[in-house]
Amino acid sequence: MMSYEKHGFEEPQSHEPINSLVLHDHQFAEIPTSDASPNSFIDPPSYAEAVFRSFDNTQTNQHDDDVSTSAPSASHTYLKISVNDPRKKHDLADSVGSGGKNYLTYLITTYTNLPEFNGTEFSVRRRFKEVVMLSDQLSEAYRGFFIPTRPDKGMVESQVMQKHEFVEQRRVALEKYFRKLAAHLVIRRSEDLRAFLQVQGDLPLMKTENVAAVADSRGKGGGDLVRRFKELRQSVTYGWGGTKPPLVVEEDKDFLERKTKLQDFEVQLSSVSLQAESLVKAQQDIGETMGQLGLVFVKLTKFETEEAVFISQKTRAKDTKNMATSSVKASRLYRELNSKTIKHLDKLHDYLGVMLDVNNAYSDRSNALLTLQTVVTEISILNSRIEKLEAAAFKVFGADRSRFQKIDELKETLRVAEDAKNQAVKEYKRIKDTNKTEFERLDEEKREDFFGMLKGFVVNQAGYAEKMASVWETFAKETSGYAQNSS
Amino acid sequence: MTTTSVNPNDGLQSPRSPFLSVSVTDPAKMGNGVQAYISYKVITKTNFPEYQGSEKIVIRRYSDFVWLYDRLFEKYKGNFIPPLPEKNTVEKFRFSAEFIEVRRQALDTFVNRVASHHQLQQSDDLRIFLEADEQTMERARSQDTGIFKKKQTDLMQIFRDVQSKVTDVVMGKEKPVEESNPEYEKLKRYIFELEDHVAEAQKHAYRLVKRHRELGQSLADFGKAIKLLGACEKDALGTAFTELGAKSEMLSIKLQRKAHHLLMNFEKPLKDYVRAVQSIKGTIAERANAFRQQCELAEQIKLKEIDLNKLRILRSERMLDAEHEYEELKAEGQEATKRFEAIALLMNEEIVRFQDQKTQDLGRAFHEFAKGQARLAHAIADAWRSLIPKLDSLSVS
Repeated sequence: MMSYEKHGFEEPQSHEPINSLVLHDHQFAEIPTSDASPNSFIDPPSYAEAVFRSFDNTQTNQHDDDVSTSAPSASHTYLKISVNDPRKKHDLADSVGSGGKNYLTYLITTYTNLPEFNGTEFSVRRRFKEVVMLSDQLSEAYRGFFIPTRPDKGMVESQVMQKHEFVEQRRVALEKYFRKLAAHLVIRRSEDLRAFLQVQGDLPLMKTENVAAVADSRGKGGGDLVRRFKELRQSVTYGWGGTKPPLVVEEDKDFLERKTKLQDFEVQLSSVSLQAESLVKAQQDIGETMGQLGLVFVKLTKFETEEAVFISQKTRAKDTKNMATSSVKASRLYRELNSKTIKHLDKLHDYLGVMLDVNNAYSDRSNALLTLQTVVTEISILNSRIEKLEAAAFKVFGADRSRFQKIDELKETLRVAEDAKNQAVKEYKRIKDTNKTEFERLDEEKREDFFGMLKGFVVNQAGYAEKMASVWETFAKETSGYAQNSS
Repeated sequence: MTTTSVNPNDGLQSPRSPFLSVSVTDPAKMGNGVQAYISYKVITKTNFPEYQGSEKIVIRRYSDFVWLYDRLFEKYKGNFIPPLPEKNTVEKFRFSAEFIEVRRQALDTFVNRVASHHQLQQSDDLRIFLEADEQTMERARSQDTGIFKKKQTDLMQIFRDVQSKVTDVVMGKEKPVEESNPEYEKLKRYIFELEDHVAEAQKHAYRLVKRHRELGQSLADFGKAIKLLGACEKDALGTAFTELGAKSEMLSIKLQRKAHHLLMNFEKPLKDYVRAVQSIKGTIAERANAFRQQCELAEQIKLKEIDLNKLRILRSERMLDAEHEYEELKAEGQEATKRFEAIALLMNEEIVRFQDQKTQDLGRAFHEFAKGQARLAHAIADAWRSLIPKLDSLSVS
């Protein structure tokens, strides 16, 4: 037998990244080891599970460190969130006449040792609306960051999916979402998140204007002034027959380079993800057909055994039985291989999601740049207006009071604009820096995640191929008497 | 590629003892357009006294093989005639390399089995087939007024007719002119059910061939896509993607090859098994015919006897003629009985041979399957394993 058994035990233990391969273990149910075949001819799987247990630590990783963090500081803190137990609740507040609206809540359980939580284990019930709210809050608070995207709102109106399937899908998606949030070193410290995870009872429904009221020293303050200025600007520009907003031109070469590369990456990633799906399907199909072949041979064995008149038939029945057993074993191996392949290649799909998050961050950046450029343009317009007025005012003898008043007003507006500009500059710079660090973080994580994926995929393929080789070698030996001398 | 006798039981290897060795090779496309067909070289090596020489090469086409089959089926009732590959009616596959090769092998197997069958090898028709020049062969083919040489030469259709007739008889739809032989009943039922099982196995074997091809294709596509991903990624990760993609593409080729191997060494023998069983059904029909004839004649003889006695009592002048006819009928009846019993006897021998042969054939098919799968699995494992140290070193670089 090959040395794969050695590899199966040695490799995973000597390489850290491998443990990060298994993210969402409980999503993928363990292959039932009890054989579904009604026929007593088939032996139950004996060795199938053994070799990969240490590689694919499904059960033991439950309370481990955060899964996809690379920064060393994360190794001492943990924030583990799980989403369970969907339940229907009755919203009396919405009731009109009889009854009221029903909605679903999920139990969100957190295990953590982060100081700001003041506690290590707690649960709350939340509904999807509150998750949407949290997501909006985070988008505002963490502009420039690659913020994980929340699950979709829509309910799938199809015949195929039952309500409970949808609920389960959503539960899984929510859990994935929170784990991604928890994995982000900056976002996991969000006060909004903490409140969401910890505060009992309904969270106050947020109106978008209250965003400014949420205390966050992180550079959101600019929003207030900028908005006020925007309102002023509208009156200014309309007064002058409208000004077109300037074109956003990003000049940061480094950024543009990264952006282009990432876009290329995204395109290719999408194509790989598609092919990965085909590969998984092909693996599934071959396993199924192998299994069906095995079952046919089971039936044939039974038939020949029952009808046996000649010894040659009995011999043949025995051979057929061994063939059946081997085929069924191989089919099982394909099934296992495939479920593990899905786990590994799921990383591709995850990163397609990350690309969406990155695109949102690009939007944050271009919005901030647009704001800045708009303010700058308006300032120059204001200045020229003031100049013109001042020049005209001094031409007239006996100064026009109203004109001077106008000039003062404009100068006041200009002051506000200058303040707004300063804020906008700060905000834009902040976002630029955030983008930069996020890019670096992404590079690191991407590297680690994909190496993990590749290695996991390869070790998996090799291991199962070796197992299959062993099954067929045994059977080849059993039938070696039939080997042809000439072929 | 010269294959000696397929059946190890009839090993006719040493030059002293009589031997007849045949091979079917070198398929070549002849003619154009709709008239186009494939011709094969048939090489015979023998020391049979009836044959012209020790070595002969002739050119034959599929319909010549069909002619030989029909003649053997007609003449050697009771024997299980080795099956022929079906006529392919799907135009676009008729000249595909794979189809031609599969058919060539099946034809080679067919002739070899006939040549190693101790009764069939004595056939004059076989000799004509192996020796006659093309014109003689063509003449023989067109002259053939064999029972089965009707409008269709499609063997499958013949089998289907025979099958439905036999099924009717077995099912008792026709007048019950059945043998009351429990062993034979059992055999008939066995053959019919066996066909279903083996046909299903062949169907899944064919599907498995397709699955190998599909997996190969998806590995190729996956490999290509991941190589492109590697190209737009920099440094170590890019290299890793590229290496993995290359391996994936390499394995795709192995899988395509394996699919072919599977087709030739596993699906084909199963297909052959199905045909063999169907051929036996033909023999079953023949036996039923012979039995029916025997019964009918027996009926006629009885009636004739009654008639004769009547005439005797009446002292009719027709009595002499009637006696004559009666004697003739009795002789015919004896012939029919002899024919039937010969068939029954032959069938008993054949069935033993058939079971032995099939155990060998199936055993070999299983062995080839297992060997092939093991080889492929090892290749896959080795390919992926070889990538691991590279991935390790790249991930830390």
